[in-house]
Amino acid sequence: MAETLFHKVWNAHAVRKLPSGQTQLFVGLHLIHEVTTPQAFDMVRQHGWRVAFPERTFATIDHIVPTRAQQRPFLDVMAEEMATSLERNCRDAGIPLWTPEQDEQGIVHVIGPELGLTQPGMTIACGDSHTSTHGALGAIAFGIGTSQVRDVLASQCLALDPLKVRRIDVTGSLKRGVYAKDVILTIIRRLGVQGGVGFAYEYGGPTIDAMTLDERMTICNMSIEGGARVGYVNPDDTTFAYLRGRPFAPQGTAFDRAVAWWRQIASDRNAAYDDRVSVDAARIEPTVTWGINPGQSVGVSEAIEGDPHDEAFAFMGFRPGARVTGTKIDVAFIGSCTNGRLSDLEEAARIVKGSRVARHVKALVVPGSKSVSRAAEARGLDRVFIDAGFEWRGAGCSMCLGMNPDKLVGQQTCASSSNRNFKGRQGSPTGRTLLMSPAMVAAAAIAGEVVDVRKVLEEVPA
Amino acid sequence: MSDQNLNITCIEGTGLPVRGHDIDTDRIMPARFLVAVSFDGLERHVFEDDRKADPSHPFDDPRYRGASILVVNANFGCGSSREHAPQGLARFGIRAIVGESFSDIFRGNAAMMGMPCFAAAHEAIEALQELVEQTPEATITADVASGEITAGPLRFTATLPPALRDAFVSGQWNPTAMLLDRFDEVRAVAARLPYLAGF
Repeated sequence: MAETLFHKVWNAHAVRKLPSGQTQLFVGLHLIHEVTTPQAFDMVRQHGWRVAFPERTFATIDHIVPTRAQQRPFLDVMAEEMATSLERNCRDAGIPLWTPEQDEQGIVHVIGPELGLTQPGMTIACGDSHTSTHGALGAIAFGIGTSQVRDVLASQCLALDPLKVRRIDVTGSLKRGVYAKDVILTIIRRLGVQGGVGFAYEYGGPTIDAMTLDERMTICNMSIEGGARVGYVNPDDTTFAYLRGRPFAPQGTAFDRAVAWWRQIASDRNAAYDDRVSVDAARIEPTVTWGINPGQSVGVSEAIEGDPHDEAFAFMGFRPGARVTGTKIDVAFIGSCTNGRLSDLEEAARIVKGSRVARHVKALVVPGSKSVSRAAEARGLDRVFIDAGFEWRGAGCSMCLGMNPDKLVGQQTCASSSNRNFKGRQGSPTGRTLLMSPAMVAAAAIAGEVVDVRKVLEEVPA
Repeated sequence: MSDQNLNITCIEGTGLPVRGHDIDTDRIMPARFLVAVSFDGLERHVFEDDRKADPSHPFDDPRYRGASILVVNANFGCGSSREHAPQGLARFGIRAIVGESFSDIFRGNAAMMGMPCFAAAHEAIEALQELVEQTPEATITADVASGEITAGPLRFTATLPPALRDAFVSGQWNPTAMLLDRFDEVRAVAARLPYLAGF
């Protein structure tokens, strides 16, 4: 019978039906970090359980890491305690951990794929909602809470109900200046921030097929912003080429055997879906959020529409009928698990090269991992950014979420390549976040206000 | 919060209405309170920024003091998977949530703590919110098995995902023991996975 990747992977990892009716699902890869695990390790200890599969568990420190001075101990005493707690827990359980002193450290959703830990056909869990990112390689990856982290530590399993699968076909070529970020923002705008509840999103079609893994990760990363806990792309030659040679990927002839299995695990051509949607990518323009959830976005040439009584208008200082272009910004942030990869930095660097950040703007570039940072520096991108007036920081989650020293202050407006524009998300209760592609952030940093990156690109050699 | 599994069949208490769609977990528990190694004290920070911005926030309204049933609108708990959000609500005294809909992750996290999230139609929720606002002392009764919600003259049926409903009723909502119960089967599945066997 023709099946989706979701069902094939689910069935391959289903242990049994629990008395409650939920499925006991084996987790092939458990990624952990400092924020959502200390309580889980405590619970495991209190019960006298042990970490069941330490060899399938990998840890990093990312959320609380300062990006300016990363030496230990961290200045924030609580952040340091979280780091030492994770170090102790990992040491006791025999779990590999990458701390900021190590070359492999970075945002958990950046390093999983880049180390080759994330592979097609796996079930993956991590105590972080952006775990959906790993679906870009054809894995089924669940963001989970701390009690579920406890379950995975103790049993390497989750108790879950299966999801329905919605196929999202993206066709048409992206115009210059339009990126994967604009595609996912458009999908969320159209299907709504609640549209994906109960669903896994399978992204496909010629536009997705033509995308790099970095681009697919941007798309899958924000599935959760559309309500879908899981998002994935079927593995293909692009996926296999990406994985070949990565440290934790199969090596030698094992890689060829792996590719054969990875091909089988992809959705069958005539698989049945619970829902289907198609999106014309050729009609998408650079997209910016104007509101307080990621579904509240507009194309740069459109006027903002909506109920004037919606609290988003007052909070963000917009009125119905207004445009996002021309909105003055105070901060520009390029980074995060959504858009902190090498290709994001390369595209942003192309735009800032030879220009200067507007005098009133504080601009940050935060690579998603140490590896991204090294690769960018090898290409001289750090110099391009620094010369333009950006701060070039160390790897971490940074200004995406207000859990480290990188925060908005007061009612600052931030052009951000991150994933959430919730009230208070970037660390100031009254801070305003405008989500957009890294190229759009770069253009806004230079102009000092939101501009249409397509106009900037007209001046930049292709 | 208790690690003891108990049968949860009926929740009774007064209500606390929080209006608005798409209330995300950053609002329920701002990220700065996640810089900690335990959940202790989170009850003090529930909706902290919203409450500072709005002194009449329902969480500070003395009429709702002692309430144990939160009444919310659509897509409650969207965004971050932080369990700190439902942990903070539970420690504040919330034992069940009745709303139009919930994010998948939030509802699952709440279930793992023995806190059912009942979903019902928009009109029913609006009526319940109005009733609680007008008569905060009204007792709300939420029956887990039937999904029946009653409060004063109001009576409607809400839903829980069937597996969660059965887990609450049978006292199996904290699944770790069950997941460890037949561990040989877990090892058997692991042994069959090509990527764990070196392909």
